[in-house]
Amino acid sequence: MENENIIYAENLTKKFGSFVAVNSISFSVKKGEIYGFLGANGAGKTTAIRMLCGLSTPSSGKATVAGFDVYKQTENIKKNIGYMSQKFSLYEDLTVKENITFYGGIYGLSDKEIKEKTEYLLDILKIGDAKDKLIKSLPLGWKQKLAFSVAVIHNPKIVFLDEPTGGVDPLTRRQFWNMIYEEASRGITVFVTTHYMDEAEYCNRVSIMSDGIIAALDTPSKLKEKYNANTMHEVFVKIAR
Amino acid sequence: MPHEIKEISEISDFRGINDMKRFIGFLIKEFYHIFRDFRTLLILFGMPVAQILLFGFAITNEIKDVKIAILDESKDNVTREISDKLLSSGYFLLYDNLQSVKDIEPEFRKGIIKEVIIFEPNFSDNLFKTGSANIQLIADASEPNLANMIVAYTTSIITNYRSEITKSEDVLPSINTEIKMRFNPNLKSVFMFVPGLMAVILLLVSALMTSISITKEKEMGTMEVLLVSPLKPFQIIIGKVIPYLLLAFVNAFVILGLAQFIFGVPIVGNTILLVLESALFVIVALSLGILISTISNNQQTAMMISLGGLMLPTIILSGYIFPIENMPIVLQIISNAVPARWFIAIVKGIMLKGSSFGYIMKETFVLIGMAVFFIFLSIIKFKTRLE
Repeated sequence: MENENIIYAENLTKKFGSFVAVNSISFSVKKGEIYGFLGANGAGKTTAIRMLCGLSTPSSGKATVAGFDVYKQTENIKKNIGYMSQKFSLYEDLTVKENITFYGGIYGLSDKEIKEKTEYLLDILKIGDAKDKLIKSLPLGWKQKLAFSVAVIHNPKIVFLDEPTGGVDPLTRRQFWNMIYEEASRGITVFVTTHYMDEAEYCNRVSIMSDGIIAALDTPSKLKEKYNANTMHEVFVKIAR
Repeated sequence: MPHEIKEISEISDFRGINDMKRFIGFLIKEFYHIFRDFRTLLILFGMPVAQILLFGFAITNEIKDVKIAILDESKDNVTREISDKLLSSGYFLLYDNLQSVKDIEPEFRKGIIKEVIIFEPNFSDNLFKTGSANIQLIADASEPNLANMIVAYTTSIITNYRSEITKSEDVLPSINTEIKMRFNPNLKSVFMFVPGLMAVILLLVSALMTSISITKEKEMGTMEVLLVSPLKPFQIIIGKVIPYLLLAFVNAFVILGLAQFIFGVPIVGNTILLVLESALFVIVALSLGILISTISNNQQTAMMISLGGLMLPTIILSGYIFPIENMPIVLQIISNAVPARWFIAIVKGIMLKGSSFGYIMKETFVLIGMAVFFIFLSIIKFKTRLE
């Protein structure tokens, strides 16, 4: 079972003084799954993700990511995950090519691999003409797609996406989700937080956090059935309330 | 493509080499940031040059061609000789010969003359018969420092004259006051400013730029990505620091070079010692920059803390512009906490006096202590922030 659960958390807890940000959450994510991690602002999502990425040590509980322990093996975790946040994580004053080279470099790709990856990405994202343009001159949608490609440049086992589609138009969001599906089909596990409930429908399974605990966890269709709702939006409102 | 994943983790086994490669990639990125930001670059390199030229040429504490007026109520040989001596010194220019005491006030009001010299009637008779004669110096003290200096210069010229005539008259030997300015014989202000300027520029480049560069990553959200990556936190910090360390050195050499070749400020002491001590000060400044970046969340905060908390004390409390000995005792005590105070003392010692390490040991150890303290504090702050 361990092999199949690429993320595994049991009673994972994080306290800041007397404040319990994450209260004994347990869940597991299977390899290749698109896992939606939902919750209202302040529900404890960010704290949970930080623990899983090895940025923050849990107060108690167990968790493994890609088979590595979140207490002791954060170095290994970091090598096997990708991360992208709402802020797109690209350097505005670097060109497209330089950004790809930089991120490839810090994830330990060889020069040859970086070169191949760069050509591949420029081709697939159809931004070959813009390869020497500074990121700040690109449209938001391009930046976002490039940021995602860069987050998975080292073929991580898991990619964490923290509200990746904030502020983007619906068409670009749709294209973005196509990219997510493609990566998932290649075996990369996708762990995504979002505020858009239509996006929650695209996930294989969804958990909804509220006040530090996981209030619900299932496939979108089963959740809708259980809460007698037509959309994930309704489910979310019922739980968050 | 699980095949590729395997390949990458195999490469990772050569940890040292891979760590180094990551780090170099990070450094390259930092230099892109610096060289792409043309305006900042211009400030970084333009400012030291502009400042040293300003201090060297424009802002000066030296007295030169100060316009004075003379009211000679005696008009004898002695007063004429004294006047000639004053006017041929190069410090003073005669603007007007006054005829009566009433003219003094209106003359000052015009704002052109800075000093009036009044010889009493029968000056030479008094001097040779009674042994004493009076000269009154009236200075425009609306600029107190300048007035002080003018009076001091005048007095010294007159004293000098007196000693000359006592000698020639072969009367009782009188006490000769001989004034000698050591280490900066011409009292050139650029000598004073170079050490202070070094401190300010090095602090600015190291502390301000480092703290801005680190907080920029935080603000843009890229710091998170870096922390999630296999780069280690200390690699990120060192990578941020090294480019500014190099820039600081380029600046230090520019300042010293300009000082030496344009203004003739010597480096009397050991140049290598000066470079090492500068490196020490840069390390203190960089650790302050890191500390500032750990307590501020955005570039504005970092800039305000750097300017208000570092630059201001450095300019005011370090002895750069205002002598520490003249400060109220409370400020003197506070000035001990200003790293630049110690560094300026070191630079003055090495550059102007040729002091060897023995003489600047205390200052050096204070700076080492500060560096250790700030680095330690930054590490603690950095760790608690990560949590």
